[in-house]
Amino acid sequence: MMDGSGAPRTLFAKIWDAHLVRAASAETPAVVYVDLHLVHEVTSPQAFAQLRERGLPVRRPERTVATVDHAIPTTPRPAGGRLVVHDPQAAAQVAALESNCAELGIRLYGVESGRQGIVHVIGPELGLTQPGMTIVCGDSHTSTHGAFGALAFGIGTSEVAQVLATQCLLLGRPRTMAVEIDGRLQPGVTAKDLILGVIAQIGVGGATGLAVEYRGECAGALSMEERMTVCNMSIEAGARAGMIAPDDHTYQYLSGRPGAPQGREWEAALGRWRALPSDEGARFDRTVRIDAAALEPMITYGTNPGMGIPIGGVIPDPAGDAGQEKALRYMGLAPGQPLLGWPIDVVFIGSCTNSRLSDLRLAASIFAGRRVAAGVRALVVPGSQQIKRQAEAEGLDRIFREAGAEWREAGCSMCLAMNDDRLAAGEYAVSTSNRNFEGRQGSGGRTFLASPLTAAAAAVAGKIADPRQVLR
Amino acid sequence: MQSIVRREPLHTLRSRTLVLAADNVDTDQIIPARFLTVTTRDGLGTKLFADWRYDAQGGPRPDSPLDQPGAAGARILIAGRNFGCGSSREHAVWALQDFGFAAVLARSLADIFRRNALQNGLLAVEVDAAAHARLLAEPGGEVTLDLAAQTLTLGGGAPAAFAIDSFARHCLLSGLDELEFLLGQEAAIAAFEAERRGAGDPAAGPAAER
Ligand code: SF4
Repeated sequence: MMDGSGAPRTLFAKIWDAHLVRAASAETPAVVYVDLHLVHEVTSPQAFAQLRERGLPVRRPERTVATVDHAIPTTPRPAGGRLVVHDPQAAAQVAALESNCAELGIRLYGVESGRQGIVHVIGPELGLTQPGMTIVCGDSHTSTHGAFGALAFGIGTSEVAQVLATQCLLLGRPRTMAVEIDGRLQPGVTAKDLILGVIAQIGVGGATGLAVEYRGECAGALSMEERMTVCNMSIEAGARAGMIAPDDHTYQYLSGRPGAPQGREWEAALGRWRALPSDEGARFDRTVRIDAAALEPMITYGTNPGMGIPIGGVIPDPAGDAGQEKALRYMGLAPGQPLLGWPIDVVFIGSCTNSRLSDLRLAASIFAGRRVAAGVRALVVPGSQQIKRQAEAEGLDRIFREAGAEWREAGCSMCLAMNDDRLAAGEYAVSTSNRNFEGRQGSGGRTFLASPLTAAAAAVAGKIADPRQVLR
Repeated sequence: MQSIVRREPLHTLRSRTLVLAADNVDTDQIIPARFLTVTTRDGLGTKLFADWRYDAQGGPRPDSPLDQPGAAGARILIAGRNFGCGSSREHAVWALQDFGFAAVLARSLADIFRRNALQNGLLAVEVDAAAHARLLAEPGGEVTLDLAAQTLTLGGGAPAAFAIDSFARHCLLSGLDELEFLLGQEAAIAAFEAERRGAGDPAAGPAAER
């Protein structure tokens, strides 16, 4: 798909160009059309209030899809049980979303729908996320949907109001970055390790404002769930968006999902989607390379996702970097020290990064026939109600329970500690989520980010362990 | 360009600074998630940097940068690199403003934070290394920001230029609201939708279950 000038274009450029309601002028940014707007309870109430204050309708309710995920409890409920939110403020937030959606004609996947879940898990799962789309949500991990060759990014609440009212945003055109991933991942090394490796290499500000395309042999070999894990954490390098060109993995994943086109529409869509990948010779503003085959399981030691090392490595010397020093003080760790063997209190397996069926299978491969170490609390939180049912159909829940781990309801849970799933001050957690910021998982809590394999290995060992050793 | 004013325009600002030199200050620090169960934008100033200001019992922390002598009343925050990274929560901007800040001068800004700031009339701009070094060297110094001239002046020193996107500057100077601007694009939006429907793009149809 060349443009009029015949110059080769990137995947990003093709989607961008196709969504320009109005091109940028010298005075104003571009007006960009949004195909799919995902909404959740925490960043939407003030936006709905703003619409109401100005007497504005929702312009395209049929392009708007809502769920509850961030603040709801994930404590086990009886099958078909109602959601009871004890925190009165959180309950008011959920009630506000329910009434806003009912009043404005927005489809809401609440817990009674059987399809509720983390917003970035259910979009793809329902087939709502499709190649070539522009997708936004009042949540920074919207970059997840880029795994399908969509342009997807997080927005703030004022922008949520703009999209509700006009289905458009005013945007400056981001510059592009290619992340060329050569080789294949070794056994025991997962997509999570890959993206932690990328962020450790380029830094937490390394892609600020850029539209990143993951390319190369490894990107093409990843499953859709692995691609979602990679694209999910693009924002942790500051990227506006992370994306991977659609291919047969993408089409196979989408085929037959409820939101995906069917029949003749499917064929027409396929034709369009196949033209999306970056043209040969398309130029990126920046390119970085990473050798997937050289990666080992990764783990973070500090308070941002860029502070990652191979699991067998030692904590680097801050060399006078005040941020690194502060992070090590917060973590109670010292330079030169290995992380292997460091005792931990909690293991969290979940979040929009690593709560899909393949993640749960990885964790279960470690838990099977083993026990969570004494004194360790392990939470397994599926990303959606559908995933929960699939996992139960496979008997994964039994494996988790028999190992002594908690098997919980779908939601964000301890990823951001808005509900009761929190670390106590000083506790150490190995977490499959995406942020190890100070206090992210509970005030004073200390987080090591890692893959589901590494997290499960830590749960059974009671300390940080190399999953390849546990599996051997 | 339209000029529907929804906000107080911002032309100049003169205030003492408060320096938070750390790099990569994320929005979970600016306002922890447990305070996000609100349904309004107001009153978040008391939660700003809550875990830096209060200990586990809710008592004040003596090392809190926001509560040092001379910090009260500062309306300009001096920040390091990648300020406002992480979560997209606009609550971070609301909390900064409710606390009293009207501007953030950072070595660099995270993408979503920058956009959120603009939406709320919080002047968030990046300053170059030289100007940044001077601001860090004089915590609590008196700074004058002139948005029309795009300059900042520290004490009696020479004005230094700062860069800002021209549309962002226009919005801040005029109080123009992006939502009003977009509402004014209705004809173009409708034409775009009609054209896509005409082209038979299924993505132009509803994102509904079939
Ligand atoms: S799981 Fe965590 S990162 Fe993902 S949407 Fe929920 S809170 Fe955000």
